[in-house]
Amino acid sequence: MSERVFMKGCEAIAEAATRAGCRFFAGYPITPQNEIPEYFARRMPEVGGTFVQAESEVASVNMLYGAASTGIRAMSSSSSTGISLYSEGISYSASARLPIVYVNVQRGGPGIGAIQPSQQDYMQATKASGNGGFRMIVLAPSTVQECVDMVYESFDLAERDHNPVLILTDGVVGTMMEPVVLPPMKSDEEIQKLRDAFKYRAIIGHPLGEAAYCRPGSVGSGQEQVNIEADKLYKTWDKDVRVEEYLTEDAEIIIAAYGISARICRAVIKQLRAQGYKIGMIRPIRVSPFPYEAFSNIDFDRVKGILNVEMSIPAQMRWDVDYAVQGRCPIRECLRSGGQLLTNEQVMKAAQEMIKEVL
Amino acid sequence: MERNLMIAGFGGQGVMTMGRMLATATSETTDLNVTFFPSYGSAMRGGTANCFVVISDEEIGSPVSYNLEDLIVMNGPSYRAFIDNLKPGGNLFVNSTIVTDEITRDDINVVKAPVTQMAIDMSNERALNVIMLGVYIGYTNAVPEEVMIKGIETNFKKKPDLIEPNIEAFKKGLEIGKAAK
Amino acid sequence: MAEEKKVYSRTKGVLENTVSGFCPGCMHSTVHKIVGEAAEELGKLDKLVRVEGVGCCGLGQFYVSHDAIIAAHGRGCAVATGIKRSSPDSLVYTYQGDGDLAAIGLGETMSAANRGENFTVIFVNNGIYGMTGGQMAPTTLLGMKSTTSPAGRSAEEHGYPMHMCEILNQLTAPYYLERVSCDTPQNVIKARNAIKKAFQYQLDGKGFSMVEVVTSCPTNWGLSTIDSLDFLREKMFAEYPLGVYRDGGEKKK
Repeated sequence: MSERVFMKGCEAIAEAATRAGCRFFAGYPITPQNEIPEYFARRMPEVGGTFVQAESEVASVNMLYGAASTGIRAMSSSSSTGISLYSEGISYSASARLPIVYVNVQRGGPGIGAIQPSQQDYMQATKASGNGGFRMIVLAPSTVQECVDMVYESFDLAERDHNPVLILTDGVVGTMMEPVVLPPMKSDEEIQKLRDAFKYRAIIGHPLGEAAYCRPGSVGSGQEQVNIEADKLYKTWDKDVRVEEYLTEDAEIIIAAYGISARICRAVIKQLRAQGYKIGMIRPIRVSPFPYEAFSNIDFDRVKGILNVEMSIPAQMRWDVDYAVQGRCPIRECLRSGGQLLTNEQVMKAAQEMIKEVL
Repeated sequence: MERNLMIAGFGGQGVMTMGRMLATATSETTDLNVTFFPSYGSAMRGGTANCFVVISDEEIGSPVSYNLEDLIVMNGPSYRAFIDNLKPGGNLFVNSTIVTDEITRDDINVVKAPVTQMAIDMSNERALNVIMLGVYIGYTNAVPEEVMIKGIETNFKKKPDLIEPNIEAFKKGLEIGKAAK
Repeated sequence: MAEEKKVYSRTKGVLENTVSGFCPGCMHSTVHKIVGEAAEELGKLDKLVRVEGVGCCGLGQFYVSHDAIIAAHGRGCAVATGIKRSSPDSLVYTYQGDGDLAAIGLGETMSAANRGENFTVIFVNNGIYGMTGGQMAPTTLLGMKSTTSPAGRSAEEHGYPMHMCEILNQLTAPYYLERVSCDTPQNVIKARNAIKKAFQYQLDGKGFSMVEVVTSCPTNWGLSTIDSLDFLREKMFAEYPLGVYRDGGEKKK
């Protein structure tokens, strides 16, 4: 077992990606994710990889698209308003079925918003990261350790599905430091093996008669066929749902929260439990595919209310919770946005109000 | 037990370094859980700078708290902005060279140390943060003082000639902290 | 009996038994042919990677026999950057039209050129958006009518035609910039040699090169194929003079 090291979320993301075999990174400066490209700028030359500071987010994501087409493990990162400019390249990658990994360290929005943390890109991340109705697996870490573990596995997921994968984190997790245990470094041989497995379709040049074409779109019925195949893939994702049910067995109130909000809620739940209140939490570890069943299977004879906690105004994940709950119990909200941080105290107050209302 | 500390001042006072040194040392030499969260304004220098360190033997929830056990203020604006975030019974550490405000709350413990002046007197002007760290550890024993001494050694390992003066500065602070108990 | 000697055969760089669907008088098929010939003569067809823009240039994917990736509109130079940096042994070229390269993709083009990225840009300039139906391009000539400048391009309203070889020539990094055409057999040979030279420079690791091919678009110019050749020579060449704008290899001789 490796020793724990004290790392910043963004740097841990970059190191975990390097250890997972990522050898290409393109990015453009935007707060609060600058430590990711800065780390890659130092780290890639050490491992024979490539770092490019692109001229824009539009260029970053298209460099990523090009790099991924060669079979190299490639990643990019940005934040909220920058991620909006990624839509084009992400949509192209989904259509061309290229395995890319990218990170959104969310900040306040809409527009330029605020450089401080938020969770305001949930809908964009889970429903429409670009035109055309494609889907992605979206991982939502709540600790620096989860950043590391999720980034490490994201490349495998992307390559398994030949589809983009998004790490949806925020400016708190991205800039905070925490102790982490890092995964092992993949050897050059392992990395080459992964790349060789992609070689048949890699855009690197082939002997005549074996040419590879990367086409994010087609004529005639070709594009519909691409969509039908993609839909088949999405339908296999029931197995990819990851959800944490925290102290829900006897809970009378359930908090719904993900990422940074979930970790704040956990502390509040502990305090309220100590006071004798039966309160628990359902935390989507991956926000796409969403764990609808965890919510629809709630015993509504026992559970009297759901408190939806997000750093977004208006609430966004609530739409998914509503869809699963179908009005079977009241849902209340505890929200911040625009770069204002949710605090233990605020969640505590909202939970106490809900206790008063429904218990 | 969870301990929430906020350190606040202006850019250039070593506020972030102070928090990061404490958190790193805790992570590297204890089994405790610890988080460090920097909060910047959009200006790089001269703006407000503050950071949060949470140390706990349990899983840590938010790395940011506005219900603090401990608050270190390095300048007047920080004192005025954050004093209400300190819990009743909490500990306030004041850089008394710069903060001239009258401390009006009587439900908290106040430890004053003229760290800016002390650092100047030691001809080590940048060490004001390390002195304050000493004051903090001396008074709270949030982590054992040996942890911080090791932390200082690690922090300055690339500039070894700075280790001794900083340990000296740290110990000066420790004395004040211990004496204030 | 006189000995038979094969003096010409179709390049293997384009698919066998495939006829291009480009309009009559369009020079895209010629440019495809000479790209294939240039790579073939260098023995690098199996390393050749095409990064294709969007527009008429994006039809090439159905005709070429080598690896090809479709870039989003204008992003050819960004995609090529990703490919070439990840696969340095590949012989990478972008194939872009004027709208793609000089309007929506201007940022990507300038920045890749400025970084001296080691790939080749084939820029096909016919002064108009072809596939979308004849809209005004950055390279549309003054006075030239298009569907979005129905009274003709006016300097007051639309500004002036953009000269990409001249613009890129302001940068330090590009190694080779040449403007050619395909209106005569002589010019086709010149164009092929230019592309071959650019490919050779890439193989030698010299950095960014661009070959601009000034061509005609009879369909959207509203001219017959013959008349459009006259227009090309009289008007387009006047605005876009053919020639070498920079050749890092010559300079050193």
